[in-house]
Amino acid sequence: MENRARKLYLIPYVLWIGLFVVTPILLVVYYSFFDLNGNFTVANYEKLFTPVYIKMILSSFWYAFLITAFCLLIAYPAAYFITKSKYKQLLLLLIILPSWINLLLKAYAFLGIFSTYGAANSFLEAVGIGTRQILFTDFSFVFVAVYIFIPFMLLPIFNALDKLNPTLIDASRDLGASAWITFQKVVFPLTIDGVKSGVQAVFIPALSLFMITRLIAGNRVITLGTAIEQHFLITQDWGMGSAIAVFLIITMVVIMVVTGTRKRGVQ
Amino acid sequence: MKKKSLWPKVYLAFVFIVLYAPIFYLTFYSFNSGGTMNDFEGFTLDWYKELFQDTRLLIIVLNTIIIALLSAAISTIIGVLGALAIVYMKKRAAKNALLSLNNVLIVSPDVIIGASFLILFTIIGIKLGFTSVLLSHVAFSIPIVVIMVLPKLQEMSLSLIDAARDLGASHWDVLSKVILPYISPGIFAGFFLALTYSLDDFAVTFFVTGNGFTTLSVEIYSLARRGISLNINALSTLLFLFTILLVIGYYFITKRNGRTAGAGGGNE
Amino acid sequence: MNKLIRAFVAVFAVAFLLMYTVSKLNESEGKTAGNTLTVFNWGDYIDAELIDQFEKETGIKVIYETFDSNEAMMTKIEQGGTAYDVAVPSEYAIDKMKKANQLLPVDHSKIPNLKFIDERFMNLAFDPGNKYSIPYFWGTVGILYNKDLMKGKEITAWNDLWGPELRNEILLVDGAREVMGMGLNSLHYSLNDTNKQHLIEAKEKLDTLTPNIKAIVGDEIRMLMENDEATIGVVWSGTASELMWKKENLEYVVPEEGSNLWFDNMVIPKTAKNVEAAHKFINFMLDPKIATQNTEYVGYSTPNKKALEYMPKEIVSDERFYPDPEQTERLEVYENLGPNMLAYYNELFLEFKMHKK
Repeated sequence: MENRARKLYLIPYVLWIGLFVVTPILLVVYYSFFDLNGNFTVANYEKLFTPVYIKMILSSFWYAFLITAFCLLIAYPAAYFITKSKYKQLLLLLIILPSWINLLLKAYAFLGIFSTYGAANSFLEAVGIGTRQILFTDFSFVFVAVYIFIPFMLLPIFNALDKLNPTLIDASRDLGASAWITFQKVVFPLTIDGVKSGVQAVFIPALSLFMITRLIAGNRVITLGTAIEQHFLITQDWGMGSAIAVFLIITMVVIMVVTGTRKRGVQ
Repeated sequence: MKKKSLWPKVYLAFVFIVLYAPIFYLTFYSFNSGGTMNDFEGFTLDWYKELFQDTRLLIIVLNTIIIALLSAAISTIIGVLGALAIVYMKKRAAKNALLSLNNVLIVSPDVIIGASFLILFTIIGIKLGFTSVLLSHVAFSIPIVVIMVLPKLQEMSLSLIDAARDLGASHWDVLSKVILPYISPGIFAGFFLALTYSLDDFAVTFFVTGNGFTTLSVEIYSLARRGISLNINALSTLLFLFTILLVIGYYFITKRNGRTAGAGGGNE
Repeated sequence: MNKLIRAFVAVFAVAFLLMYTVSKLNESEGKTAGNTLTVFNWGDYIDAELIDQFEKETGIKVIYETFDSNEAMMTKIEQGGTAYDVAVPSEYAIDKMKKANQLLPVDHSKIPNLKFIDERFMNLAFDPGNKYSIPYFWGTVGILYNKDLMKGKEITAWNDLWGPELRNEILLVDGAREVMGMGLNSLHYSLNDTNKQHLIEAKEKLDTLTPNIKAIVGDEIRMLMENDEATIGVVWSGTASELMWKKENLEYVVPEEGSNLWFDNMVIPKTAKNVEAAHKFINFMLDPKIATQNTEYVGYSTPNKKALEYMPKEIVSDERFYPDPEQTERLEVYENLGPNMLAYYNELFLEFKMHKK
């Protein structure tokens, strides 16, 4: 009886995995072995290791790293303060809310805010720094990307912090530990799982950002996502696009293994 | 008991200001009679009037909301079942394999998801339109629900479940009286993130829609070719106000329920 | 648990209520089934009033959908699952679709208004005899610049863009053929050059332009140019004419080294369901009065010579947007270079984008 119930849970989920995860992966892997003329080849993978693509991979990783790091730096304290608030559920909803406004619209708003005669520059002018080029720079790109990903980092961290037993912190403080030591030795280790899922939810999508690479970075930043988009939609070189996708999938598995929860093995 | 520091409030205020800045920017210019998003010439409500006369846009907005609600609800149900299945799995290798597969869609670039779903629907013979969009949104929202629910499930002490079972609770009772109430914050978080994914998605929908069915983000993308017209600003302002109302309503309802439930002492 | 169930029931209830509303709204619009025509066009490439007018005149309901690139459009049509009755691809895409057997021949006897189209735009290399396609709009690629910000200096050629005073002042359109073509033209090579040596040379020349380039963008170039974000934009002629209506200090020039001449034509895809209505729609769009109104809205150049008579003289005689045959001599039409060459163009374009200042 129990086992049957467990199998029942599995059915819809496994069906979904089969249809919408495994099949697409197989399709992508299949396509990655064909060139433009429909011949079987491994040339797409060889191309991944030419200087152009290696440069692209490295720069994608660098930007994804920056984006994830800033997200974490901003989201962790925010999540912490929210859990301490009386209105934590409301504040949490207010964090998610902006992401329901269409991304493209927000990107256009940022185009306006960061433009030469926009609000950000008026502010810089007013405080005496003077007009700078903000739009189409690394700064604007990382800023907007962090803006987009903050909720995805904040939610899992919030969940982890929220379940933290406050008596633990009090105990630590009572034992004379400073706030920093308490954070370092008690709070952070206990919420590390939340941080890990946050990092997963931000880092890998950040590798494959597109759209805002054009809108906000003016194509001055090229990520793997931009390349994939181009291969799928413009050159229609689905083979090369798929090869990059396979690379991303492998990267993802590696990251998952590295940040995976190993301690469960003890049970 | 504790010193109340001002810093947390300042910090949170700063985060909220930045998060809402672009939205207020859009709202501000929705009242601009100048017609662009740079010079504010004068106050007008014309863009709102124009909006209410546009049935086509209204249909698109409603479609977008329908897809978001349905896909979030369906994916939450399947996702919760999936998370339970993963937790109940005995073999670690199988568990990890499922988890990795689960995360593939979160991390795959939208373009690939869109393109591969398009091929898939062509093979199965599903006509592009409402069904294909709904299926895709359900598909890419499930993993995020699983990710949101799983930590809650994992942290549940097994002894709690064992205790319930020792007391003679059936499998269903354990699920409905112990597990689901415990993980419900995760379920709601998953549902809201799924909503977010659905409302925000452009690339996947762009691929799998057709035959005249459009969602807001696809429509905005095609309108944006001319530089955005301000009735889109007006629209996002209205949508934003509407969601704010919903959220506040939801907040007060749960708050009231929370109090009565607390008083009733777990009779639910 | 009960709370959960209640929440989910509420969500489904709201969703179904909304679905009911939508179906009611659709009914009130008259879009039920049967007599519909699905048009697949570039974004903002038609005066929406004309669609209403067409619906009123014929009783056919139009479902209108847009795409943002020839490739995206071809992908949708190729994969099936959709039934577009009319689409508007560019010349090289028509060639490709024709060869892939994705188009239905157009029955000229059902399009009497075809006689209004200028002979210059008929019977072109990509579709001899216009068997599969009927002209919609045409235009060029050129340089749009801000006269005030240029302080009186004129621009006449691609090579002017390399001037040191233009540091960080140029916006390029995000298209491999357009940007590579600009590099090739500046070296006096053909836009359709397939000599890899020439292409590499062009890419290296473009690399030296990087310090002057502010960004490589899509359609937002209109908004950016309108807001004086940059001095120069490399754009399609329609974008230019539309902006010049709004801002008098802008000037458009088709560079003397040569540039691209393009055509967008209406076609009927093989998956079309309502071929009869498709012909009616095409014929409707060729009506001189209709074409005039459409041209005035869209801003690109019309191939309809009768429509030109209805339009203001200063537009029609503007050689920047209606170059005469001698002037189009130095312009080239994109040829379908085949997938491998196109991939190579894109490869070089990608390398160029990654070239750091």
